[in-house]
Formats: sequence, structure tokens, C-alpha cells
Amino acid sequence: MKTSEGTIDKMKRIPRDHKVRRFHQAKWDEPVIFELSQPGERGVEVPPVEPQIVETVGDCLSQLPDSLRRKKRPNLPEISQYRVIRHYSRISQEVLGSDFNVEIGQGTCTMKYSPKINERFVRSPKMAELHPLQDESTVQGMLEMTYQLDLYLREISGMDKFSFQPGSGTQALFTQASIVRKYHESRGEGEQRNEFITTHFSHPSQAATAAVKGFKIIYVPADENGYPDLEALKELVSERTAAFAVANPEDTGIYNSRIKEFTDVVHAAGGLCCYDQANANGLLGITRALEAGFDMCFFNLHKTFSVPHACGGPATGAIGVTAELAPFLPGPIVDFDGERYFYKRDLKNSIGKVRSFYGVPPAVLRSYAWVRALGADGLKEVAEIACLNNNYLYHKILQIRGASAPYIQGRRLEQVRYSWQQLKEDTGVTTYDVQRRMVDFAHHYWTSHHPYVVPEPFTLEPTESYSMAELDEYIAALTHISQEAYENPEIVKTAPHNSTGHRVLESVLDDPDQWCITWRAYLKKTAQE
Amino acid sequence: MSVQRYAHPYIPNSAPEVKEKMLAEIGFASIEDIFADIPGELRLKEKMNIPKALTEYELERHVNKLMNKNQTTKENISFLGAGCWPHFVPAVCGEINSRAEFVTAYAGEPYEDKGRFQALFEYQSLVAELVDMDVVNVPTFDWAQAASTALRMAARITKRTELLISKNIHPDKLLIIKNYTSPDLTVTLIDFENETGTLDLNDLKAKLTVNTAAVYFENPTFLGSVEVNGQMIADLAHGAGAICVVGVDPISLGVMESPANYGADIVCGDLQPLGVHMHYGGGQSGFIATHDDPTFVMEYPSRLFGIAPTEVEGEYGFGDVAYDRTSFAKREKGKESVGTQTALWGITAGVYLATMGPVGMEEVGQGIMQRSQYAAKQLAAIPGVEAKFAAPFFKEFVIDFTQTGKTVKDINAALLAKGIFGGVDLTEHYPELGQCALYCVTEVHTQEDIDTLVAAMKSIL
Repeated sequence: MKTSEGTIDKMKRIPRDHKVRRFHQAKWDEPVIFELSQPGERGVEVPPVEPQIVETVGDCLSQLPDSLRRKKRPNLPEISQYRVIRHYSRISQEVLGSDFNVEIGQGTCTMKYSPKINERFVRSPKMAELHPLQDESTVQGMLEMTYQLDLYLREISGMDKFSFQPGSGTQALFTQASIVRKYHESRGEGEQRNEFITTHFSHPSQAATAAVKGFKIIYVPADENGYPDLEALKELVSERTAAFAVANPEDTGIYNSRIKEFTDVVHAAGGLCCYDQANANGLLGITRALEAGFDMCFFNLHKTFSVPHACGGPATGAIGVTAELAPFLPGPIVDFDGERYFYKRDLKNSIGKVRSFYGVPPAVLRSYAWVRALGADGLKEVAEIACLNNNYLYHKILQIRGASAPYIQGRRLEQVRYSWQQLKEDTGVTTYDVQRRMVDFAHHYWTSHHPYVVPEPFTLEPTESYSMAELDEYIAALTHISQEAYENPEIVKTAPHNSTGHRVLESVLDDPDQWCITWRAYLKKTAQE
Repeated sequence: MSVQRYAHPYIPNSAPEVKEKMLAEIGFASIEDIFADIPGELRLKEKMNIPKALTEYELERHVNKLMNKNQTTKENISFLGAGCWPHFVPAVCGEINSRAEFVTAYAGEPYEDKGRFQALFEYQSLVAELVDMDVVNVPTFDWAQAASTALRMAARITKRTELLISKNIHPDKLLIIKNYTSPDLTVTLIDFENETGTLDLNDLKAKLTVNTAAVYFENPTFLGSVEVNGQMIADLAHGAGAICVVGVDPISLGVMESPANYGADIVCGDLQPLGVHMHYGGGQSGFIATHDDPTFVMEYPSRLFGIAPTEVEGEYGFGDVAYDRTSFAKREKGKESVGTQTALWGITAGVYLATMGPVGMEEVGQGIMQRSQYAAKQLAAIPGVEAKFAAPFFKEFVIDFTQTGKTVKDINAALLAKGIFGGVDLTEHYPELGQCALYCVTEVHTQEDIDTLVAAMKSIL
């Protein structure tokens, strides 16, 4: 069957010499799910109750006092199963997951490949259908993997014990702050040591979680080279210092070679040192928390250890501590007596708990499998290639007109926080404009955490997962946009053009009279007179 | 031909030719040059003691062997609950939450990750119907942390520091709440009635003060009983100027009244019953709901996704409501902290509610109650075995074995030998109750499962 009228004389190579991807994201224009409701439809049947049960106990609802009996069915939509599937499948196509784009634009988040085999493991009933309070004898496989992963992380960090309970980096930071408080309380200095020192480059949750634990947040400024200022730190520490928390490298990617002097200064003042290892991907098998003088550290299993990000969790921030701090960990902790794996519950100074049960065991399973797929040599290769990729990217980005990488010029490890300051001055195009334009070429791109210490920031972290050709594609897109900014800035400023959605008129989202956080609120607030 | 000439499948640029090309491009002689800033004394000299790499097939064999050491709740008959519950998970939930688009996404913007924003906005909206409130957050870590945040919200709103919490909550949840609310807030426990497991109203009255920020109780309670005095508790709290926070099992809300309709100002709970497998406790996911009152909304630390117009006429858009509240925007000056929590379980709960619909939620609620009452009745008919509390219950109930002369530990060991996971042993956390266990019965249990338990119990006792 002929499908069009066009004809050619001879089959030729189809020209494919465009530098940027001619992308268009799926756009389904799908209604909000409530609009799909058709009374009488249903998506699934509920398991029926046996007649003998009903005979024995009756309808049961009459046992509820009237005040507790639901009067009106919840106003949920009624939709057939296939339509539910189509709705969610369609809107899923309007998500730019890292299986689809070259996800190096979400710096600090280590958007690496999450191996498919590991997804199969966690979806097995042997994982999904376990109850956390089963007898230990029935979960020896799960406990073994947990314990072994603890051993591997000890090798990687030099710490003496890990807990997998925290459900993310933020909760790991909260756990660190909780341990710091409990440690000083155990020494009678809980009231006195109320200052928590960190840097402006630290994750926002660093300061936020320490503040929840009652600490006053003190910032060490960066010096002109991008390092935390050692002399300033010396001035800041005192008998009030509870802890110093820092990443190394920070989001700049600059390794602070004097880190041991920092931890020495803090220890001399009686404080603890907490290592944020969210940026650990470039350090596996290269350098460890222990030698740098840290008392504790944490790894995001959903970053460095390949657990997928799942739109924002479930996840794990595995926290490791020195032997001295092990009794402060949240419990219970998996241990091994040479024959069987079991939970150790007698942690004498434990902070208690931060997450129900043991955290997110599927994340532990995936990480265990990932480490086993790489081995010691492979883990080191991950770090080496991640850093090679980053330096390659760094080298190329600096050649793009309008882009720069503030602070010391030289080597960067896992990532870099770049700046479009020059581009903005020259063309008026901001990092937000570039961000929106990048999606037109199928790329996700992020700015940086607040505050914007680096002006017009963007933070790229290539990890080990993307090929040179893919890095080149990303670079070509940034180069193309820079050129557009200088030649035709309007196309950048009015982006996105090829994405599912367009710019949201956000002012309503900040106005209590207009914001609509649920469909029912939307129906009420927009009711037509 | 050397095998080493090939890259690891997860690391494309470990292919030697590529590596050399990239090094040449940036002017480094070797990979080691990249790490020149790390002082020698900080470099790891020895090789890490981690087993050598497995290929994918070897890995599959190895991990499956370990996983086969686990015995699941599907291979046995399990009556374990206590904060993580077995429920029917429609296949639709697993289909959607395993789509790579959702699994591998993270933090895109509303115009490129529109589907993520929409799915979470819809989840908020669907749970809102269940709890009959207009505001629901993007999920927290779990119920315990949702409760902690709800209590901190109450403290910020009232500018008070004392929290009154029902003693009838999960002991681990209490540990989490205490950790999240110290050092600035204090926790005082309120007793429950020995007969019914419901809150001791006199104890509550005695403990309410002018500094009470919030009263927290759950419905159903941890020990299973339905809290019948919800409105009275809320009235007492409000009378003292405190906020009423109620924790709820959302799968009960097809048949039970929402706490919003008996005085709750903040409702929280766990989404795991709504279409999420137990995952050994990894399925927990918390939610918080309130009315659409800016005093409350502005105290959420969580992301709140809202619907909004876009520059294109007729196009739905979604985005962050009042983003400047959050620690993402304001660090330590924001409300508590926000970050990666359990978004995928929120999306899943939305799929579940859309699939179940209003009738499904009513049927599942009623079916659970019928099965659990049946199980309790059959168990209590065994000589020496008693239902501990004389109060209506939803899916969990306490069985007292004290009169049998046997310990829960021994009974559970004997049940395990018969392929049954008996109820959660309460003797450690509630020694005052005697030899008691918390049994959980839901729509996943057939009459045959329950009868098998009863027969096994008779043979043991």
C-alpha cells in the first residue's frame, strides 16, 4: 500500500549530520484522573469473603459506632483497568527518566545506570513478600546480604559499622546530627556544644536537619580557590562546637587536599567530624573517610550504589561510624556470629530510630548486587572513569562561549558547578533559560542547590555510565544553545518548544486563595458562578 | 585477544581506546593524574577486600541462591502486621511502578517531568478524597516520620512545646517521634483503658496544659481497637488550645469515618496498605493531610504539588506550591527538611485508589473486618485463649495466651514449624499485658488460612 505521493529516483543515504538531537517529547494531553470516571466501571475486584465467614460474623460494619462509620463513599473515580493503565502509561511517557536522557545534568545526584537485573531481584516475591518481623531464621538471605554490604562499605570508607536505616541522604544527615547530639549528651556536654559548622556548598538538608536537632548553624566561607577557609574554621571552633560537616569534594569537584587539617582542628576543639559522601562516586577505592579524620560518613545507595531514584525515593543513606560511635547508631543492626545472621538490639547509646523497621531493604539488595557485579577493581574503575568523564566534560565546557567554572583551575573529581555569568552579561540569557532550552534537545539540566554561591549556576556530574559520544552530545547541545544565545536569544528565552509541557504560570502557586493542591480544591476554587 | 580490551558493561568509557582518547584530549598522561590533588597519605594503598566481579548470569545465580534462603509470607501463612501489612496488590500497581520512566526519574522540571508532577498531584488528590481534606503532601519517609512532622507543625502553629501521645502506638514509632521532636519538644504518654485499649480520657484531661501543642492518637490504634472517642479527644485538645493530630490506616477509610470529620486538624498515616508490597519494611511511606488553611499549609516541610495554567491555553500545568517554605529554598530557615523520600510509593498509592474506586475501598474495608472478626472469634473459642480488648477492631487484634500457660514465643515457634507466622509478640514492649500477641488479618487471608491457624493452635495448646 502506498502511503504518500512523494517519490524519489534512487535510494540514497539519509543525511544525519545535525549536531543536536531533533527531539520532541511525548504529549498526550491526558485529563486529570478524576475526569476519567464513569460510574459503574471498576479497575479490579476485591477478594470475595466466604459465605461461612459472613454467616458467622455478619456485616461487621454495624459494630462500628455511628460516629466512626463512613457516611459517604470516598469520591474516588470509577475507571476500568485498561483505562487506568493507559492513563498512567501515557503520563509516564511525559517523564524524562534517566533511562531516556543523558542524565548528566542533575549534578550531585549521581544519575548512573541502575542495572535491570537488580530490578528483577527486588521485584521477586523473595524480597517483596517479606515481613519485617518474620523470625530471623526465615530471612537469612536478606540478613546475609545486609551484613556483607556493611563489610563492603567498611572497606570503601574505613569506618567500623554501618546502619542502613536512614531512608535518604536527608535522613542520613538527620541521623548524623542526632548522633552528634547524643554523643555530646553522653559526655555531659549536650547543652554546651550547640554549634554545627558546615559550608554554603553543603546540601540544604545538612543545615536544615541539624537545625531540627536544635543546633545553631555556622558557615565556614569558601576561600578564593573554592576550598572551605581553614583559617576561618580555626576562628569558628570553640568549646561550643558540636560538629563540622562537609563534603569533599564539594559540588565544585575540587578536592580539598588539606582536609585532615580541618578534621584535626575540629577534633582539637572537641567536635565530631561528619563526612557527606553523597559525592563518593569519584572516590571508591581511591581515598576514604577514615584517613581524612572523619568520625562518620554516609553513602547514598540511590546515587553511588546504583539504586534508581524512583521520582524521589524510596532510597537509603547508609551511615557508617567509627567503633567509638557504633553504640549510638539507630537500631537494630545486623550482626553475624559465624553461623547465623541476627539483629543486635543492645546499642547502649542508640539515638533510637529514624525509620520504621530496617530502612529500605530493596535498596540494600540492589547495592549488594551492584557491588558484586563490579568487584574491588570494578569499583575503582567506576571512580576513575567517573572522574575521567568529568574532566573531559570540564575541559570541553570551558571552551563554550559564556561558560566558566569558578575557583581554582585544575583538576576536578566527580562533578563541577559551572557558571553562565558571562553568557548572562553578554546576552541576557540566564541559567534558567538554558535549562528550559536543554529539554528541546532531550536533555535534563539542573542549576544548583541554594544559595547560588556560583552565579547563574549549572552542575554537571557525568558518572561512569555514559559514553564519550553521549557526553559529546550533551556538550554539543550546550554549545548550540550558547550560540543561539549570542545570535538569537529569543529562542532560548521562550523555551521550551519541544517538551510535553510549557512554562507554568506559577504566581497562583504562591497565593493561598488560588493554589490548588488537590483536584477537589481545584474544583472548589475554580467553580463557575 | 585479551579480554581486558573490553569495557565493563556498566562503564562504557573503560574501553581502553576510549580512555586513551579522552586522556589525550584533556592532556593527562594517565588516570592517576586526575587524582594528583589527593595527598599520598590519604590515598588508599591496599586493594579493597571485596570479592571479584560477577558476570550478570553469575550474579543472578548467586543472588537467587541467597534469596532462596528467605521464606516469604506467600510461602507460609502470615498473621504479622504491626506497621507493615499484607494486602492484595493489584497487578496494575506493579506495572506502573516498574515503568522505567518513573523508576529512573528524579528531579526534572514541570515541563519535562510533567507526568511525575501529574501522577503525584493525582495521588495527593485521591488520598484527599479518602481523608476528606483538601491538602495532602508528596509522601514522607513513613508514618512515623509523617507523625513527627505533623507534631512539629502543630508546635510551630501553637508556639507550644508539649506533645501528648497515646501510649497505644507502635513502640518503634515512638522512638522515631522522640528522635524527631527532641530536644525542643517534650513527649508525654497518655494511658489507654485496660478493658478496651482506647485512650484514657481522664489521663488526657489531667495531662493537658496551657503548653500542650498537640494531642496525637491513632485510629485504629496500634493494638487494634478502634478509638471510639475521637470527637471527645479532639474537643478536649481544642478546648486546651492544642491541635488534634490523628494517625490512620488509609485502607480502613472505605468503611471508617475520616478523622477530619471527628475533629482532626492534621491526619497522617502510612501508604503501604495502598498497593505497595511489604518489601521487608521497605514499602512504608507516610502522608500528611490538612484542610486548605494557609496557617497549616505554610508549615509543611514537604513538596506540595499544585495544578496551574501554562502559557498554552487549555494545557494543564503542575508545580510546587509555596516552594519558599522548604529547606530546598531556605536551608535551615525553611520548615524542617525535605529531600528524597518515597515518591514512587505515592504514585503507586494513587494507582491503587484509582483502580479500586469508591466501591472497591468499601468492599475491601468490610471484607477485612469480616475476616478479622471471624479469626478473632475462632481463636477466642479455643480454651484458654482470649481476645484481650472488648472493643471493635479493624484488621488487627490482641490475643491473650496467658491462661494457656504457654509463652507467645513458644507458640510462635511451634506455629513456624507448621508454616505459620504467628502474630507479633507483644511481651517485650507491653509486659503488663501478659502473654499477648498482635494478630493481623486482611483481605489476603482466606477462610482456609484462618481455619488452618485455628487448627494448628488447637494442636499446639
